[in-house]
Amino acid sequence: MPSNSAGIYISLLIVALTIYSVRLAPFLFLRKPITNRWFKSFLYYVPYVTLAVMTFPAILTATGNLAAGAAALIVGLLVAWFWGDLFAVACSCCAAVFLVQWIF
Amino acid sequence: MNPSNSSSGNTQTTMSNTSWFLRGLRHGIPICAGYFAVSFALGITARNAGMSAIQSFIMSLTMLASSGEFAAVTMISAGAGFIELITTSLIINLRYFLMGCSLTQKLRPNENPIHRFLVAYCVTDEIFGLSVTTEGYLCPFYTYGITIISAAGWVIGTFLGNVVGSILPEFVTNGLSVAMYGMFLAVIIPPSRKSRFIGILVVLSMAASWCFSVLPGLSSISSGFRIIILTIIIAGIAAVIKPVEADS
Repeated sequence: MPSNSAGIYISLLIVALTIYSVRLAPFLFLRKPITNRWFKSFLYYVPYVTLAVMTFPAILTATGNLAAGAAALIVGLLVAWFWGDLFAVACSCCAAVFLVQWIF
Repeated sequence: MNPSNSSSGNTQTTMSNTSWFLRGLRHGIPICAGYFAVSFALGITARNAGMSAIQSFIMSLTMLASSGEFAAVTMISAGAGFIELITTSLIINLRYFLMGCSLTQKLRPNENPIHRFLVAYCVTDEIFGLSVTTEGYLCPFYTYGITIISAAGWVIGTFLGNVVGSILPEFVTNGLSVAMYGMFLAVIIPPSRKSRFIGILVVLSMAASWCFSVLPGLSSISSGFRIIILTIIIAGIAAVIKPVEADS
């Protein structure tokens, strides 16, 4: 729907308000710790599942070159596993793509 | 969990709001560098999705959320409706809710309510991580210091990515477009190494996501709803199989 400028601004406003509401809610309504163990566990696992789903298989097609995408995934997995530094992982993924594009 | 009143009282009185703010600025520098690199890629993605530099700037300033903004760009370029925008944003940013639940306990009960509204804006993975690990009650000005310098890197990076991305050759922008995914891997892989259960969860989530992208019928579901459906099912079942410890 938001193909025009006004549509984009309205969409941005809606998402921004949603994100801020999610952040603000516990500060306003939850002064006590969560006691429901299932809900607590669910919230704990959410980021892992969400980020995994967003990363794969999208990373393969992000560059328009399947080999470069696969290289970024493999290098990213290795650097994240053995080093873990956020900045280093992001940079090495980019470097992997540059390298594959340069070779082929 | 709460330190004794006397010790936290001493910590608070020995450091002024200004000192805490300056300390926050210093601690925010590495976060700023990381944010800049990733948001530059986000700016390029936003541009490719048809968003202007000003729109990218406003998006990063008002949302301050990596995966949340990335999903927003994807949905906006796909012409997603408002229901999908809201529900997907709710799910993707649910972790900020969890962090807020934890951080709200760190504020003094008698803290001026305005700080609750301001600190809520500052909740990102990295800023939360630094804020929640301070000793005793959190001085909000520490969080503001980290946030001002980190958000500057994030917002300026998005803007520049959008502007400069257009004059960079495709060769370069292709490379930068995977930076965001690299950051996601840096968030999910180290915990997968520590916990086999989280590792299995990550592999299962990726496999399920792949199924949704290739199987007939399932592949027609938009990426936003794919995230919602898989997150609720997989994280929901994981919470039943292996509930987290009561104090974590």
